[in-house]
Amino acid sequence: MPNVTIRIDGKDCIAREGSTINEACTEAGINIPVLCYHPRLKIAGNCRVCCVEVEGCRTLMPACVTPITPNMVVLTSSPRVLQARKTIVDLLLAAHNCDCLVCDAAGACELQKMAYNLGLDRRSRAFYMCDDDLPEVDCSSPVLQYDPSKCIQCTRCIRACGEIQGKGIIQAIHRSFEVKMAAGIHQWSDSRCDGCGECIQICPTGALSEKVSSGVREWEAQKVRTSCAYCGVGCQLDMWVKDGRLVKVDGADVVPNYGSTCVKGRFGHDFVNSEERLKTPMVRRNGVLVDATWEEAIALIAGKFESIRKEHGPDAVAGLASARVSNEENYLFQKMMRAGLGTNNVDHCARLCHASTVAGLAAAFGSGAMTNSIAELEHASCILVTGSNTTETHPVIATVIRRAVREHGAKLIVVDPRRIDLVDNATLWLRQTNGSDVAWMNGMMNVIVNENLLNREFISERTEGFEDLMKIIEQFTPERVEQISSIPADKLREAARIYASSESSSIIYSMGITQHITGTDNVLSVANLAMLTGQIGRPSTGVNPLRGQNNVQGACDVGALPNVYPGYQQVAAAPVQEKFEKAWGRPLSPKPGLTLVEIVNGLESGKVKGLIIMGENPMVSDPNLNHVEKALVSAEFLVVMDIFMTETAAMADVLLPAASFAEKEGTFTNTERRVILLREVLPPPGQAKPDWQIICDLSTALGYPMSYRNAAEIMDEIASVTPIYGGIHHDRLKGDGLQWPCPDSSHPGTVFLHKDKFSRGRGLFHPVDFIPPDEVPDDEYPFILSTGRILYHYHTGSMSRRVNALNEFSPGGYAEIHPADAARLGLVDGGIVRITTRRGEIETTVRATEIVEEGSIFVPFHFVEAAANRLTNDALDPKAKIPEFKVAACRLAKVDKK
Amino acid sequence: MEKKILLAEKQPQLGSALRKALGMTPADVAFEVRDARLQGRGGAGFPAGIKWVLAGGASGDQKYVVCNADEGEPGTFKDRVLIEKYADRLIEGMAIGGYAISSDKGFIYLRAEYPYLIPVIEKAAEALRNANLLGRNILGSGFNFDVEIRMGAGAYVCGEETALLESMEGRRGEPRNKPPFPVNAGYLNKPTIVNNVETFCAVPHIILNGSEWFIGLGEGGDSGTKLFSISGDVEKPGVYELAMGSTIGELLDLAGAKDVQAVQVGGASGRTIKKSESARILSFRDLPPGGSVIVFNSSRNMLEVLENFMEFFVHESCGQCTPCREGNRHLLGVVNALIEGDVCCRECLTDYFTLADVMKSTSKCGFGQTSANCFVDIISNFTNIPADCTCEDCSCGGGDQ
Repeated sequence: MPNVTIRIDGKDCIAREGSTINEACTEAGINIPVLCYHPRLKIAGNCRVCCVEVEGCRTLMPACVTPITPNMVVLTSSPRVLQARKTIVDLLLAAHNCDCLVCDAAGACELQKMAYNLGLDRRSRAFYMCDDDLPEVDCSSPVLQYDPSKCIQCTRCIRACGEIQGKGIIQAIHRSFEVKMAAGIHQWSDSRCDGCGECIQICPTGALSEKVSSGVREWEAQKVRTSCAYCGVGCQLDMWVKDGRLVKVDGADVVPNYGSTCVKGRFGHDFVNSEERLKTPMVRRNGVLVDATWEEAIALIAGKFESIRKEHGPDAVAGLASARVSNEENYLFQKMMRAGLGTNNVDHCARLCHASTVAGLAAAFGSGAMTNSIAELEHASCILVTGSNTTETHPVIATVIRRAVREHGAKLIVVDPRRIDLVDNATLWLRQTNGSDVAWMNGMMNVIVNENLLNREFISERTEGFEDLMKIIEQFTPERVEQISSIPADKLREAARIYASSESSSIIYSMGITQHITGTDNVLSVANLAMLTGQIGRPSTGVNPLRGQNNVQGACDVGALPNVYPGYQQVAAAPVQEKFEKAWGRPLSPKPGLTLVEIVNGLESGKVKGLIIMGENPMVSDPNLNHVEKALVSAEFLVVMDIFMTETAAMADVLLPAASFAEKEGTFTNTERRVILLREVLPPPGQAKPDWQIICDLSTALGYPMSYRNAAEIMDEIASVTPIYGGIHHDRLKGDGLQWPCPDSSHPGTVFLHKDKFSRGRGLFHPVDFIPPDEVPDDEYPFILSTGRILYHYHTGSMSRRVNALNEFSPGGYAEIHPADAARLGLVDGGIVRITTRRGEIETTVRATEIVEEGSIFVPFHFVEAAANRLTNDALDPKAKIPEFKVAACRLAKVDKK
Repeated sequence: MEKKILLAEKQPQLGSALRKALGMTPADVAFEVRDARLQGRGGAGFPAGIKWVLAGGASGDQKYVVCNADEGEPGTFKDRVLIEKYADRLIEGMAIGGYAISSDKGFIYLRAEYPYLIPVIEKAAEALRNANLLGRNILGSGFNFDVEIRMGAGAYVCGEETALLESMEGRRGEPRNKPPFPVNAGYLNKPTIVNNVETFCAVPHIILNGSEWFIGLGEGGDSGTKLFSISGDVEKPGVYELAMGSTIGELLDLAGAKDVQAVQVGGASGRTIKKSESARILSFRDLPPGGSVIVFNSSRNMLEVLENFMEFFVHESCGQCTPCREGNRHLLGVVNALIEGDVCCRECLTDYFTLADVMKSTSKCGFGQTSANCFVDIISNFTNIPADCTCEDCSCGGGDQ
């Protein structure tokens, strides 16, 4: 945009053509007061506080709306402007419940600040409302409340809910001075509001506020920026602390969330204050866990592991690292297992979510992570979401997808057996039969080839193996695919056309693709599709697996996997082994270790005797729990490091109290490969310690001394042995973090992968044939069971189920059952159903809903009292060893309430 | 001077203007209307032809013609009469507008209280379609145009053109920020002309007789004729057509107004003048004539009249912008206080005159910019509140202190 000259308050200023008066003034260092304006929102021009005088205009002009024109003459503080501003704020105050003495917003309230700046005290105000009747406050939401008496009708909340969150739940109702904000027909809780709290954060007054008052005003709290402990989006949060307690959370206005959070991010961190936190080490004496000292506990573990190792060899011990703890801690954990204990038996729950991604994408592209960045999604012209209920599992990424559709006209294709929330925004919804993913993707490729929508240039220059792929996809005509997947052939064709011919198409996938016995095949098919159309290696394209937990990406990156060292360097490769032996000063095993499910099996068979678990809860998270339970019981020695007495912790022989994410420094790596800082917000409770300190103590006791001054020093060591993290050091992460690969200290990080060539050189097509799921419905088990996560809870619920607000949204387990199926079986909504598979049975509440198809049910896995994983199938993908959580055959029976 | 064109007994043959327009270039049609200086008959007076020229030149594959038939100004009923009698002429005018800006789609946004006009409009449209004056390939020219009715829902502010467009798009009827103007981004963000019923009705006459002729109808430099719905304390209330630029006095004489105290021109948001000002002219140069003229004789309590109007504004404000949403109720509050005798002097009204001024200069749309007009006019000219304070301890402030 060219520059133009305008005159503001008698001074010539240069401004960009097309900017508004407000923007031009801001650039010139002149502050124009605003209330309804917010830089993240479209301009409303409602409050009129920003009105200025423009030469030649009859009326005053709202600075936030009015575009500048060359040689415009603007007065921002003439007597006429000041009088108008004062009158308008006076009017707002007259209608406002000026309860500042007891208002949560006091100090942060923009109306209060404006009144102060204009000197509008009671004496100088002209207008008063003699209305003693205050309207009712809507407190029906579990997390927020709306007080119309403090609302200034700026509509920021409406716009934030619509434009930022893409939900459009809040609307204005009534008119004239009776206008107020509303969600739901009668009250807030009637609406689809999921409690993200974007509206609270953007409200300029105390009209929308936390339902449970923090009791702390802005100026009293200390604010510390850190990373969210929930999903893999890696939202940056500003945590308010007072008197050693976490009192409130705001979204930080930086990448990747730019101020947004989900309900868990904003309201779900109370658990750190919980009285149930573990505060003392415990050891099992006479079958009971009793308090012990750190010295006792560490000595006991060291002695026991040493004797197991002596008697049964180093591979008789195993460790489960954690997708919840920091990179530094995972690094030390695997280093302790490998160099201290001499085994590669280290794995973590990534095995249960994206092992197939790591295997599949590494084979196709050379590196197994999200190829592109979250922010790029907003500008994709087509987004294909499959096997990801993004709204529930990666809520802030779902907002980006909805913005792409609502604000930028992107086409959204959803391929999912369930009618997930994003279907509301979709151009096309393909409802495939569970487990038919290879078929429909091959079918899309068949259409793309037959309609000549493939990118020949990309295929010939950037890939190999195309001919082999052709042989397979020829067989997958849309008509045949329809028989396998029940996706109508024409819909499949339309999806193929949109995906292939859009300027930039991005694929988002998650557990619906990976948690199958064909998980790796599914991932390879996704990669085939992207390469066939050249929808990769450019901005807003790519293959984007969304990682589930806060640091599952990082735990993989720093080597908490049995077959690779940090940075995906193969355990079995001799030069790599040599490098790490040199770096760590110990001989290392060249034999890849056991994977998670194999470790569990090993416990049962007696191959594995001792197990140390850092912050995982396999007693709820792993498939076929009855089997897991037997295995853990048969462990000779079980050590658990955790922040709560989880179901797994309760079975431990030694239990070590850990600091939570908010009580330590370190880094997480979010789903877009961004390494982000974790800061110490609070001190740990009691004797709890950060996991990295526990590992140092333990490793030292095991005869492999470790000592670090802080987490930054550990990261320096990671950088020295991990090429993709080569340039990552804490002091470089203070702003936006860094996205790997970041090979050296001058490298700015990598926004999207595979730009000019793939990590492995040429992208490799893998012809993949369709294989049905391990279990298909039959007469005995006629229903398909699928499991997954929901918005309000996280993983095994050890954190989220200790948060009142989240429990209010979602108090317990349930099974989604199609109303027609429910009716046939005599089940009623809210009644109890018994679900039985070949592995176990649970009883839970019926939720009759058309989200699921007839013949299919869905059970969230967070709830131990109705643990979905008692039902799931532990059949494994042969390549990635990921279990088939997404398909099991089950039967249903009505249970009469007692 | 009374001059019947739109309301003339004998009207030109239906379709003749459209036929003539189709023989011209679209741009020439728009220029003809512009040159006729046809000012918007809804009351704002914006030159219709300029809208047409701008919308015609705006880029867009789809454009729209919208007829504002949301006649809601208190005291106005001229558009109702036009639709009742001349719906076919209205649609013909819209079709000419469609041709001028290259639009094939017109909407008539009809006031919620006029549902009985739906069959009238539909019948007229059907007759036009049967005569190939509406629909596809009109008169064999290749030009397509048709109209559809959209009902309002009773909000006065939806007579404001951008609020009307919001309402048509299914949202709350709230005025938009301008720019962009509807001629560039109107209905569904496409170039759109929004014109009043009377404006469209004048178009066929302009096309048939030329812009010079139309200008010649007016007096003193004004252009064309104008319809006035006159009501109140007159012997012959009704709709009159006068040359633009006629005086108030001429209109009052026609309607048989006696013992006049005040005349409100242009509806509640227009101006209120005294009998002595009857030489003032009905023109956008002087008293902007929307369509309503309400006469009050000397028996009327003008404060009560004002209260009535302010209640109307408080009720009809969309509530979007602060000065209008909050300002009107404070004005109503002080009018109530005046009626109760709780305001002792003009001094105590200073803040309210300031408020009126701020509302006028900062409100988002014409509603809030004009709703204080009657307050200023009536308080200034029709009350005898002492200028200076007569109380010993004046603290009324017009309010509750």
